[in-house]
Amino acid sequence: MRHFLDFEKPIAELEGKIEELRRTTDAGGIDVAEEIGRLRDKAQALLRSTYAKLTPWQKTLVARHPDRPHASAYIAALIEEFTPLAGDRAFADDAAVIGGLGRFRGRAVLVLGTEKGHDTESRVRHNFGMARPEGYRKARRLIELAGRFGLPILSFVDTAGAFPGIEAEARGQAEAIARSIEACLEAPVPFVATIIGEGGSGGAIALAAADRILMLEHAVYSVISPEGCASILWRDAAHAAQAAEALKLTAEDLRRLNLVDAVVPEPLGGAHRDPAAAIAAVGRQIAELLEPLLALDGATLRARRREKFLEMGRSGVV
Amino acid sequence: MNWISDWALPKIQTLFGAKKEVPDNLWHKCPACEQMIFHRDLERALHVCPHCGHHMRIGAMQRLKYTLDEGFQRIELPKMPQDPLRFRDQRRYLDRLKEAQSRLQMDDAVLVAHGTIEGRRAVVAAFEFAFLGGSMGAGVGEALVTAAKLAVLQDAPLIVFTASGGARMQEGAISLMQMPRTVIATRMVKEAGLPYIVVLCDPTTGGVTASFAMLGDIHIAEPGALIGFAGARVIEQTVREKLPEGFQRAEYLLRHGILDMVVKRSEMRATLARLIGLLREPERAVAEGEAGSAAAPRMALPAPENGGDAAKPPASPAA
Ligand SMILES: [Zn+2]
Repeated sequence: MRHFLDFEKPIAELEGKIEELRRTTDAGGIDVAEEIGRLRDKAQALLRSTYAKLTPWQKTLVARHPDRPHASAYIAALIEEFTPLAGDRAFADDAAVIGGLGRFRGRAVLVLGTEKGHDTESRVRHNFGMARPEGYRKARRLIELAGRFGLPILSFVDTAGAFPGIEAEARGQAEAIARSIEACLEAPVPFVATIIGEGGSGGAIALAAADRILMLEHAVYSVISPEGCASILWRDAAHAAQAAEALKLTAEDLRRLNLVDAVVPEPLGGAHRDPAAAIAAVGRQIAELLEPLLALDGATLRARRREKFLEMGRSGVV
Repeated sequence: MNWISDWALPKIQTLFGAKKEVPDNLWHKCPACEQMIFHRDLERALHVCPHCGHHMRIGAMQRLKYTLDEGFQRIELPKMPQDPLRFRDQRRYLDRLKEAQSRLQMDDAVLVAHGTIEGRRAVVAAFEFAFLGGSMGAGVGEALVTAAKLAVLQDAPLIVFTASGGARMQEGAISLMQMPRTVIATRMVKEAGLPYIVVLCDPTTGGVTASFAMLGDIHIAEPGALIGFAGARVIEQTVREKLPEGFQRAEYLLRHGILDMVVKRSEMRATLARLIGLLREPERAVAEGEAGSAAAPRMALPAPENGGDAAKPPASPAA
């Protein structure tokens, strides 16, 4: 069963009708086939027009779509010989952050991601993609490992943000995030980060202070969730749609603000309608951006990465 | 700890104390114990309640005055684009910004100055919480980058007094990028071999805590300061548990190994001066060496058996 978002209702209705007709095809004949074809064209057209003008809030919902490919799907499809690594060497292994060694297009790399999970059991195991300090400390450890062995780093970011919990605070959530950002910035190896779904605040930048930053067409990247922003500035979470608009959190916005380097187009109707195609497109874009970085030495990479971030926000693009 | 004895100041309420009608602003009510405090007593006590020891929030300028010796210099900070997103909630961000600027006579929520602390050179950056909650947008990020560069240029330690609700939402993802930008600032100072000291003041939360504020060589906090990443309300809603007593307060963080020390405002200057003196011991030794002294620099490490090398001052950092 496909999960339809509220604004997809008309599309869902059409697809339901098509499904119904298909079940009666045996009894029908040529007329039914024609009708199905007609409805299918209509559904495609509707999908196209709907997705061509998604509002920032609708994009937020697409970015959070439960069927959207998550970090583990990207790793499964793009990384050969994936060898997961675990633990922060101090307290625990936090499954909200996944990572390990593997090969991308034949080249040994280190991969990292925030993983939301795809069913109840895995969502709980991955804590819905919200990492605790151990997750960021694991990320830092793996980034440093990559640096030691000259492995390029690929990260796949999809998180609502760092986990807000009592224990997380007690164990230094803020420090863990800060150190992870620092590790990203210090890595003497090429680093390409991709915002595949939700780029939620500090929990996202902790894995994304990279040389090149990609964002999927319907992904969002924001300093606070629209609901959180609305509840503070409008004193009512119900104003989330307005907040999403104001926050300028879409891929298009981020590209215009020069905070990301490229936007990867998604299949018609979003990555969740054709995960394989979405992932393949990301793979091609990563390969293209990674290639020129491979020629640079560690010191150059680090210096340019710093310069890139220091330049952000200095020119006032609107 | 007995705050009262620490703050038992001589009561010299002569003229003013006898007056019946006093302008409101001469008296302050302590937000913690609700006792009234005469403004001059409060000034003398560095805005710490003489009754209960509560450390009240103070402005950035006051912070600079309390920390640096007389004659310090504020530096002008680079101008960053204002309102890059043309953000509007119930009010326009630009209006909020302009209002804060004219009310507080500063461009953004951080002041930077250089001078001395008990005679030791230092660059100090101080947050103004009254300026949009001390929130960090591009202006604040740039102020910290500038402070770091100044520290490197002047070969002086960097001390940052934080007081911030976190990222400035009205600058969207640009404010998020101030996290890596300010982390870079801390790297500049550290790579130059200079001490970077963070003094966490009430309150320090969100993206500010989760970036430069948690990367100090030394972490100090003022007593009772609220310090954390996530807001208490958000945590309560998420975990549906009652928060422990003193949660996210300075003393709680000290217990959990996140701070080096909790220091009273009255002892802050002396503490900072002592720390700088201790951390910069090799530098002083180098200076003496350059001045023609024949004595070998006093290094903490014993000389290796093959002599020579260990006696060299630490290599100056690569540019
Ligand atoms: Zn009091």
